[in-house]
Amino acid sequence: MVEMTIERNKMRHRTFCIFALFVVLLAAGCAKNDQQNLNLEPPMYPISEYVNPDIDYPIDVYDPFEGFNRCMYTFNYYFDSYIFIPIVNGYEYVTPDYVERRIYHFVNNIFEFTNFTNNLLQLKFEEAGVTVLRFVINSTVGIAGLWDPATYMGLNLKYEDFGQTLGYYGVGDGPYLVLPVLGPSNLRDTTGLITDVVTFSLAGPPAWLDDDSATWIFTGITAINKRRYESFRYYQTGSPFEYEMIRMLYTAKREIMVDN
Amino acid sequence: MTQIYRVLSTWLCLILLSCGAANAYDYPFTDPYVATVLGTPAEFAAVLPEDVPIKNDSIVMFPERKVPGVLWNFADLNYSYIKVDGPAPLIFLIAGTGASFESEKMISMQRAFYGAGFNVISLSSPTFTDFVVSASSSQVPGNLEEDSADLYRVMQAVWAIHQDEMDVTEFYLTGYSLGAAQSVFLSQIDDTEKAFNFSKVLLINPPLSLYNSVVKLDKMLEDNIPGGMDHFAEFYQKVIHRFGKVYKNGDAVQLNDQFLYKAYLYDKPKTDEPTAAMVGLSFRLSSVNMVFVSDVMTQAGYVVPKGLVLERNEIIIDYGKVLSQLTFIDYFNGIFMPHFKAQDPTITETEVISRMSLRNKEKYLRNTTKIGLIHNQDDIIMLPGEVDYLKGVFGDRATIYPHGGHCGNMSYPDNVTAMVGFFKGITQK
Repeated sequence: MVEMTIERNKMRHRTFCIFALFVVLLAAGCAKNDQQNLNLEPPMYPISEYVNPDIDYPIDVYDPFEGFNRCMYTFNYYFDSYIFIPIVNGYEYVTPDYVERRIYHFVNNIFEFTNFTNNLLQLKFEEAGVTVLRFVINSTVGIAGLWDPATYMGLNLKYEDFGQTLGYYGVGDGPYLVLPVLGPSNLRDTTGLITDVVTFSLAGPPAWLDDDSATWIFTGITAINKRRYESFRYYQTGSPFEYEMIRMLYTAKREIMVDN
Repeated sequence: MTQIYRVLSTWLCLILLSCGAANAYDYPFTDPYVATVLGTPAEFAAVLPEDVPIKNDSIVMFPERKVPGVLWNFADLNYSYIKVDGPAPLIFLIAGTGASFESEKMISMQRAFYGAGFNVISLSSPTFTDFVVSASSSQVPGNLEEDSADLYRVMQAVWAIHQDEMDVTEFYLTGYSLGAAQSVFLSQIDDTEKAFNFSKVLLINPPLSLYNSVVKLDKMLEDNIPGGMDHFAEFYQKVIHRFGKVYKNGDAVQLNDQFLYKAYLYDKPKTDEPTAAMVGLSFRLSSVNMVFVSDVMTQAGYVVPKGLVLERNEIIIDYGKVLSQLTFIDYFNGIFMPHFKAQDPTITETEVISRMSLRNKEKYLRNTTKIGLIHNQDDIIMLPGEVDYLKGVFGDRATIYPHGGHCGNMSYPDNVTAMVGFFKGITQK
């Protein structure tokens, strides 16, 4: 048993190393060329005349790791195109819509745990209560969360994560970050995400179940399910400024979610 | 005798009632700006097929064309197609300004025409970035004649790829907004080249004078941001804050149409300013994208210095900031006119502007009965009198709805019925 755990840890360690190496290689590959030293005629509408450093542009988001983030963005595009989306398409192909909806609700129900802890942490007792009620109703009447009768009864989902909790207590966004596979985030929300994941696995449903393979399967399904219902595709907006647009929209979206 | 009266009066009542029902048009938004921004929310929209066997593909139109690193992901032209079993018509759909083949309106049209049993090929607007980079011959978008000729070449190339797998009985064509204006030119090109022999062509909310419409859209942004574009950040913060109040602890925020509709219901705007600004903003954003790629590809020296090579990971947002302050008139003077002047030094602005108008095609439109029109009386891109002019030209081939703004009602059941009915030969008046 102990040996197996060590073996598994080794494997995880190795996987992590390969992944880290890959990221480093990618970052190196992304390194920018030297600036062109050409004496060029200024254009009709030059930046120097039209971009005023004193003006606040919403498109500018604090992004000190922009080089790294852009590489991650490109990595995510390739990961999406060659691995993630084909898997999601395969999943959609083999799974009837009806089953997909059941899985969607099942996953949401399990994650009520995170909504509950974060509503509680933000002292939103009514919302925390609604969340408990939703979980009880959907787990029983909704048969293990496969259906969502609670919403029909007027008990709407009260989504909260730890990033929002931090925001609620006045923690700022911090630097913008593009996470591998998961995409846009920032330091506050990444901290939140890690906290949520750790809390969820140590004190939430995985801990109650204490079954590693079940947890892994659940993680996989969660990831596929999440991507299934997210229509965003990298580099399909048609904008040469997509990286910045997404950065701005992510920031706005989180501001909206924190601001209540 | 009294019995007869009773029967007669009941009968009269029924007639009156049915007339009333036929005339009522219950599209939910009477404010044209709101209609344009919100479109048709799901609860009011026509019920259309969910599972559509749509396939995406891409094509290279100019294999020898070199695309600079910064535009690496626009080097191929993307499009989609739907193939149905057995013999059926094929309809080409052309997207509106700055829109791709998979814009929300295109998807709704695809579902409607697939539901009607047609094969469907969807093409992005010649003003969409990958089209400008990979399929436009001049790479100076906005000229209806050239853009339509490019579209026609793309249609033929795409058809050549798929002709063996589709059993096509006849060809149809439709487009909305700018795509509708291009459809007129496409129909005319096809009359001489006869690659498709379109048997029916439907125009949905075309501009009459492209120039007038575009100038109007430009003004919507600049006139409605309090304090002008330099104060855009404040306007933006206000909008975000307002959305924040709407959201109040719901599902994870998806910044989509449904969310916009919720925001509208929660706090209806008291004036047209914010909605008009949003329409103008959306137009400005597509112009920024379009003009940037045109500038880079043609080396026009507009915002990017002539001769500067932009690499793949170059940070280019400052060019975007410059472009976000420039209007269509700036583009017209800076890139568009010089492009025409290069071909014909004697050409005047007035001539170019009139070439970009359907008034120029009046005779063709009057006499070509295969072309139909769906428009809205309150379309915000039209100047006063322009819709009535089109009504006069098309006569009974025009269906004009009292409201819907610019393309806002395209997914509304009456509109979908009219759109599909036009091709199926069912008139509903």
